[in-house]
Amino acid sequence: MKSLEELRAMKEKMQGKMGIRHDSETEIKVVVGMATCGIAAGARPVLAAFTEELAKRGQNHVAVSQTGCIGICQYEPVVEVYVKGQEKVTYVKMDAQKALRVVNDHIVNGNVVTEYTIGAAINNK
Amino acid sequence: MYRSHILVCGGTGCTSSGSAKVIEALERELAAQGLSEEIKVIRTGCFGLCSVGPIMIVYPDGAFYSGVQTEDIPEIVTEHLLKGRPVKRLLYQETVAEETIKSLDETGFYKKQKRVALRNCGVINPENIEEYIAYDGYEALGKVLTEYTPEQVIQIILDSGLRGRGGAGFPTGLKWKFAAANKADQKYVCCNADEGDPGAFMDRSVLEGDPHAVIEAMAIAGYAIGASQGYVYVRAEYPIAVKRLGIAITQAREYGLLGKNIFGTGFDFDVDIRLGAGAFVCGEETALMTSIEGKRGEPRPRPPFPALKGLFGKPTILNNVETLANVAQIILKGPEWFASMGTEKSKGTKVFALGGKINNTGLVEVPMGTTLREVVEDIGGGIPNGKKFKAAQTGGPSGGCIPEKFLDVPIDFDNLTAIGAMMGSGGLIVMDEDNCMVDIAKFFLEFTVDESCGKCTPCRIGTKRLLELLDKITSGNGTLEDIDKLEELCYYIKNNSLCALGQTAPNPVLSTLKYFRDEYVAHVVEKRCPAGVCKGLLSFEIIADKCKGCTKCARQCPVGAISGTVRQPHVIDKAKCIKCGACMDSCSFKAIVKK
Repeated sequence: MKSLEELRAMKEKMQGKMGIRHDSETEIKVVVGMATCGIAAGARPVLAAFTEELAKRGQNHVAVSQTGCIGICQYEPVVEVYVKGQEKVTYVKMDAQKALRVVNDHIVNGNVVTEYTIGAAINNK
Repeated sequence: MYRSHILVCGGTGCTSSGSAKVIEALERELAAQGLSEEIKVIRTGCFGLCSVGPIMIVYPDGAFYSGVQTEDIPEIVTEHLLKGRPVKRLLYQETVAEETIKSLDETGFYKKQKRVALRNCGVINPENIEEYIAYDGYEALGKVLTEYTPEQVIQIILDSGLRGRGGAGFPTGLKWKFAAANKADQKYVCCNADEGDPGAFMDRSVLEGDPHAVIEAMAIAGYAIGASQGYVYVRAEYPIAVKRLGIAITQAREYGLLGKNIFGTGFDFDVDIRLGAGAFVCGEETALMTSIEGKRGEPRPRPPFPALKGLFGKPTILNNVETLANVAQIILKGPEWFASMGTEKSKGTKVFALGGKINNTGLVEVPMGTTLREVVEDIGGGIPNGKKFKAAQTGGPSGGCIPEKFLDVPIDFDNLTAIGAMMGSGGLIVMDEDNCMVDIAKFFLEFTVDESCGKCTPCRIGTKRLLELLDKITSGNGTLEDIDKLEELCYYIKNNSLCALGQTAPNPVLSTLKYFRDEYVAHVVEKRCPAGVCKGLLSFEIIADKCKGCTKCARQCPVGAISGTVRQPHVIDKAKCIKCGACMDSCSFKAIVKK
């Protein structure tokens, strides 16, 4: 390391990787249902897809976590997206492909992917 | 990218309660469940709550697990890390709320703490320089080298009001200023990590949890006084600290943060480790430097002070680990920020190693001016088993005790000195009604007698005579005259010893005499130890009415001092009794009493 600029560049790079080590609220939270029903329905690849895609796009302000069964097992894998100051959005019957679109449309660009939401799933019945 | 980071404490406390095995089990289980790519395990420094180790914290949830055993690992991985359901029975009790997990900062132990010197302990991986850099590491060194002159750096430290955390509380900026003013072809920066007080582990934890903070501060000090070489004098009994410090120095060199032409500014600085063999006297600055020079660790008279003639006869500054751990923060946040914490003459925070009769044994950092009551009751969680607080010993064998009536005195350098104790390096041992104060004084005296280097007579012979007097008192042979002699000898040793070891050695005796003279008097006049500790003054008796003749005590007694027939009251032969108390512990009918 030969200059202060190099140090600062490394600091920024590392801060992104360590952002989740704070108790402070993250702006956006993605919660994947990981109860037995969720895992059986394929929640693991969904969780992995979110983690990878968010990392690829440098979305360090987003926390990915899991939760237990929320009681709508027929709609698993279920993913909830919490954006600070907005109502939570519940996506159902998710897969890895859909996860990529949620990251792109909803998390990066702020447009809810209505067709994947629980509201759409119920209306289509 | 990892979706979750698991921080496991790798400090000495948690390591001895088994955290290394927990980490192994965790890594194995994560691999077995295919989670290794998603979840990262980080071994950190001390979190402070040593009494409930091994400690583990899971982010992003911030779930704080305590007392984690290897058997618990499969459950934590399956339930929490895979399914997202924290294992409530293992969470630190205070953080468990109805629906959510409460933040650690809201618990009694952390709420009143302010972590400056310990800011990275339990937060970063101390063996990874990049994690330190992410938390503003080496930014202060860069700022100093590119923006400030050495005089400006010294002025910042002076303005902050930082005082030496090793015990004496000498203004750090002043020390630097003196050394900077002396011209020489070579100067040195030394770090005193020879923490020797029984029960103290503050510096150890800083080195284990955040070694780069010390290295960075040494480089800043080097720039300020014009030194190009630093030495950390650390005791060999701190293997984890030595190892991590070694790794940190190697990494800093690899990254060009130590060595030649740092940040391209032409400033050269390097650091080496010197291991101490564990002699208490080597914590004294002149003895420490003599030891670094490769000679026998003995103090020498001052002046000349190290700022003029120190290591190898060159101008040298010697700062304590915790003092140095504050420096980079002061540079980055400004002297006003640091001076805004604390009391009028003692700025900033102080780390204490809480031990003794206290619920939350561990490491705490509080702003100067916090009262002892807050530290003991709120942070420390009070005294176990509903016992009553009697006194707290600060400053180890050089310090004194603080009785109950001073619980509300704000802790700072001057207040503690005024009440006959001292800040010391930060060991804080809590004592309850079961502790005999004469016995405590004797304990510390035994330590100083062992550790006296023998160079000067007042310390070598004086402390030995003090201990003999204390022995006489605790064995029941003392007189009131002995107490007066004891006191007189204390002042003699204080005034005539060569170095701080001898000058402060009588402090535990003087302060216990000052506040608990009645206990000394009870030992010599009534031949009684009020706390029931001093064996020479104890006797065990069986109350005939309560004894059922079960023979249990007779079987427990290691010296066969108890006799009697079955279903008949037993008796203790006082001539044979060694006063171990095994009989009393074994009696189911509370028929044995200690007098």
